[in-house]
Amino acid sequence: MIADGVAAGCHPASVPDYAPLPELRALQLQRLQAVVTLAWSQVKHFRDRMNEQGIAPEAIRSLEDIAKLPFTVKSDLRDTYPFGLFASPMKDVVRLHVSSGTTGKPIVVAYTQKDVDVWTSVLVRCFAGCGLHRGDIMQIAYGYGLFTGGLGAHYGAEGLGATVVPTSGGNADRQIMLMKDFGVTAMCCTPTYFLHLIDRAAALGVDLKELPLRAGVFGAEPWTESMRRHIEKMSNIEAFDIYGLSEIIGPGVGCECRQHQGLHIFEDHFYPEIIDPESGAPLPDGSEGELVLTTLSKQAMPMIRYRTRDITQIMTGQCACGRTLRRIGRIGRRSDDMLIIRGVNVFPSQVESALLQIEGVLPHYQILLTREQGLDQMEVRVEVTPRMFNDKIGALQELHQKMQSALDHVLGIRVRVTLAEANSIERSEGKAKRVIDRRPA
Amino acid sequence: MKIQQISLFVENKPGHLTAPARLLAEEGIDIRSLYLADTQQFGIVRMIVSDWQKAAGILEAHGFVVKVTDVLAVEVANHPGGLAEILVALDGIGINIEYMYAFPYACADKAILIFRFAGLDAAIERLQAAGINLVTSDELLR
Repeated sequence: MIADGVAAGCHPASVPDYAPLPELRALQLQRLQAVVTLAWSQVKHFRDRMNEQGIAPEAIRSLEDIAKLPFTVKSDLRDTYPFGLFASPMKDVVRLHVSSGTTGKPIVVAYTQKDVDVWTSVLVRCFAGCGLHRGDIMQIAYGYGLFTGGLGAHYGAEGLGATVVPTSGGNADRQIMLMKDFGVTAMCCTPTYFLHLIDRAAALGVDLKELPLRAGVFGAEPWTESMRRHIEKMSNIEAFDIYGLSEIIGPGVGCECRQHQGLHIFEDHFYPEIIDPESGAPLPDGSEGELVLTTLSKQAMPMIRYRTRDITQIMTGQCACGRTLRRIGRIGRRSDDMLIIRGVNVFPSQVESALLQIEGVLPHYQILLTREQGLDQMEVRVEVTPRMFNDKIGALQELHQKMQSALDHVLGIRVRVTLAEANSIERSEGKAKRVIDRRPA
Repeated sequence: MKIQQISLFVENKPGHLTAPARLLAEEGIDIRSLYLADTQQFGIVRMIVSDWQKAAGILEAHGFVVKVTDVLAVEVANHPGGLAEILVALDGIGINIEYMYAFPYACADKAILIFRFAGLDAAIERLQAAGINLVTSDELLR
């Protein structure tokens, strides 16, 4: 049933965005009970955790009861690698994606056909909320492959009925050529990559403001209002922030509408809570804290109270767009030490595990982040210890190469490894400062 | 027969050789020979110094990573064919030269070749058998 106040002519997929609140809450409770029952009956990890807390699925009688459930954290995905959190048999799993874990092991996420359909539907709602529709030509410059960004946005754009140009990441000159030649109207990529495209276009003598391009849907990393102003000024497009994470589904957990006052969470599928990151206590809407998400409809890999480590707030009051979906503020920071480099999640602990693997002991190291030509660059400086040092240049080069390979392998992105003199990394209270971030906000 | 060489890791950046050079100067340590092996990013300074134990101790105390390596100092006549004569003596026994460098010696009518070998003792035996003069630490640092 379509509620009053639905914008005339809204995309059919957006109808749930405007559901009357009592209906939405009832649907959420019904789905929460179902997903908790599914997780309890099919996933040993969840059953064990719930048993430890002395709680059974029947204890979920209201949405507030969600606070009785144990949290799920990223290391739970690593510890159950690869398939330990699957709630569906493999024959029903149609897709696997892989994202980085906190140490050497990656994390795996799974989708049934219905999960893929839900994912597509929320992305259609994202894009429709950005004012995109059939007839738009959308270039998807998120990486295609194990990363959820490319394929997620791809199916969403197709689902919308748009014409999709699946360029994936890289090759800026070709991206710009296709944007121009095909008359692309919307771009999906990380905001820093779009900054790079702006610079590259200027160098190539292409004026983005003259192109049909009118919207950009940017995500996979935090960005700021000042970046939005810069992007909009330089390219004359409307820039939208999209939010998501592989553990929940990928991109499409939430997205800005044309009001640009926070990101609507598709809470008929993803139930948001804000907690105190220290105590874990739930916080009321309007308070800043850590975003916790529960998947309400996921089959292959349900997530119960997943701690995103993203710091935000659930905004109070209804959006002027008329959607009843609650909004979160834009993500500005995290409660852990995760770094986002070219859209890829990187933890300092991954760097440590790679270095440990080579030397057996952890040398002093430092991660230096800079931005060159709109692209994040990561340098890992490693102090040469007496144990590592060798008077033969070939031996040091071999060591350097080993570190390079181990880091590339563990992180999944190209980094620059530099061997540094002993004691050259600044220390405070004996501990080296692990991360120096010189990227402009 | 064996000579102790000290090696030092330095980043390939302006001024990075100054601190170790100054430390050795302050302690009155003479650098008899210095060879810099470098890559774009870092270098290895290899030195024969008047007192290697003291030099290594001072550098380490100031936070440098130092390695002491046994090398051979081979005396060679400073004329065409001098090097070839030595290398011929080593041929055919499968001893790999890890690296080498040379500097003039005595009144420049002779030169010293510093060798780091994969099989040091075998090289000593072979060179001595060929009648080639191996310079001792005492002679070299006199």
